[in-house]
Amino acid sequence: MIAALVAAIGDFELAEECLQDAVELALKDWSLKGIPRSRRGWLLQVGRRRALDRLRRNANFRQKAAQIAVLEQVEFSQHAESHDIPDHRLRLIFTCCHPALEQKTRVALTLRTLGGLSTQEVARAFLDKTPAMAQRLARARSKISKAGIPFVIPDGDELPARMGSVLSVIYLIFNEGYVATEGDTPIRTDLCDNAIFLARLMVDLSPETPEAAGLLALILLTHARRAARYGVGCYIPLASQDRSLWDQARIKEGQRILETALKQGRAGPYQIQASIAALHCEAKKATETDWQQITQLYRHLVQLEPSAVVRLNHAVAVSYSDGPGKALDLLEGLATELAQYQPYHAARADILCRLMRKTEAVAAFDMAIYLSKLAAEREFLKARRAEIGPS
Amino acid sequence: MKYLALIYAAQGTGPAPKTPEFVKLMGAYQAANETFNEDGVSLAGEALQPVETATSIRIRDGKAELTDGPFAETKEQLGGFYLFDCATLDDAIKYAKMIPTAEYGTIEVRPIMTFN
Repeated sequence: MIAALVAAIGDFELAEECLQDAVELALKDWSLKGIPRSRRGWLLQVGRRRALDRLRRNANFRQKAAQIAVLEQVEFSQHAESHDIPDHRLRLIFTCCHPALEQKTRVALTLRTLGGLSTQEVARAFLDKTPAMAQRLARARSKISKAGIPFVIPDGDELPARMGSVLSVIYLIFNEGYVATEGDTPIRTDLCDNAIFLARLMVDLSPETPEAAGLLALILLTHARRAARYGVGCYIPLASQDRSLWDQARIKEGQRILETALKQGRAGPYQIQASIAALHCEAKKATETDWQQITQLYRHLVQLEPSAVVRLNHAVAVSYSDGPGKALDLLEGLATELAQYQPYHAARADILCRLMRKTEAVAAFDMAIYLSKLAAEREFLKARRAEIGPS
Repeated sequence: MKYLALIYAAQGTGPAPKTPEFVKLMGAYQAANETFNEDGVSLAGEALQPVETATSIRIRDGKAELTDGPFAETKEQLGGFYLFDCATLDDAIKYAKMIPTAEYGTIEVRPIMTFN
C-alpha cells in the first residue's frame, strides 16, 4: 500500500505521513459508516487527497507543481487499485536499496516498506531496540526525500551492482518469514510470499543475472518443504520430515529455474545454496541424501562467503559425509563467534549425541533451549534432550 | 534540485604542480567542465586557495575572534566545489563521479535546502 502511495506522490516522507492520517481517519469513519468494500482503495484515495491538501498548502508551490499534477491525474483514474502494479514495488525496492543509504538501513527500510514487517519486527531482525530502529527508518525516509533519491529502475550500467543489494534484502525477508525469530507462528507465509513475489520480479527484470534466478530457486526449494517442517506445536528436522508433504510443484519449478541459471556458468552463493536445497529435495529418504556432494558445495560456498553461519552449515554437512568427530573439530573454531547463536548449540548438541557424549550434549541442548525464542523450536529441543536419558 | 559537490583531498595526495600528472589532471577538469556545461548542470564551480590561506571568524560576546587557519584541522581538506542543478541524486552522483579529484580524494554531495 505504501508502495502505491509513494509511487503516486513521489515523496516517501509525505506518503508515510498521509497514509498514517488516512488510517486514523479510517478508524473514525469506518466505525460510524461501516467498513467500505475496498478498504485498500479507500485508504489510498484518502491518503492521496491528504497529500494533495498538504502540497497545496505549501507556499513553495512552483516546485511542487509537478507532484500536484501527478496526484490530480491519479484522482481522475477510476480504480485506485490499478496503481498498485508490481512496477511500483520494483521502483520502490530499488529506492529502499539505494547505495546512498547505509547497507543496514537498506535492509531495514525494505523489510518495513515492502516486507510487511512492523518497526518492532525489523528491530528484532537486527537485535536492535525499537526506538533506535524507528529513528533509523525516519532518518532514511528523510534522506530519500531531502536528497532527491529517485523512484526509478536503475540504468543498464548501474543495474548489476544495484541488483546485488536488492537480492540480499529479499533473501533476508524470506528468512524472517521462514524462520520467524519468535512467537507462536513459526512460518510467516505472508513474508515468504512477499519474498517469492519480489524474487520473481527481479528474475523478470534481469534474466541475465543468474543470481536472481538462483535466489528464486533457493526460496522455492526451501519453501516447498514448509508443510513438513512443523508438527503439532513442534519443529520437525529435515531428517524426520514426511517427504510426501513436500510441495512437488514448487520443487519442480525451483529445479527448472536453477538449471537454467546454472547454464550461464556463473555460479554465485545463491545458486550454490539452491543446489544444496535441490539435493535435499531429490532424496526420497533422508538416508539417500547425497552428503558428499552437499559437503563439496558448502566448501565452495565457504570460499565465496566465509561467514561463521556458512561455516556452521558446512560443519553439519561434514558430520554426515565424514562423521561427527570431524565436524566437532570444525565447531570448536566457531565457539566464540557463535556463542549466542541458537542453531550453533543445537547442531553441537546433535553431534555430541551421535558421539554418545551425553553430559555435554545435555548442556548444549540446555543452551540452545535458553537461546531459542520460538515455542515450537523449544518443544523440539526439549524432546531431543529428554531422549538422551541418563548418562 | 540543487546539489553542492564538495571536493576534498588530503594534502600531498594529488599530483604536484608542473608535473605531467598535474597537466593531465587539469585537462581532466577541463573535459569535466565541458560536459557539465554541455549538459547545463553546473551553476557554479571554483577551486580554492590552499587551506593555509584560510581565516576563521567567530563572534563571541559581540566580539569577533579571528583565527589563522581552517575551521577544523583535518587530513582531508576542502579544495573546491561545484554547484549542480540536477533532477535527482542519481544524476548529481553521475556528475560528481566525473570530478577528477574523486580518483584520489572524496566528493561529498549535499542537497541544497529550499525554504518554504
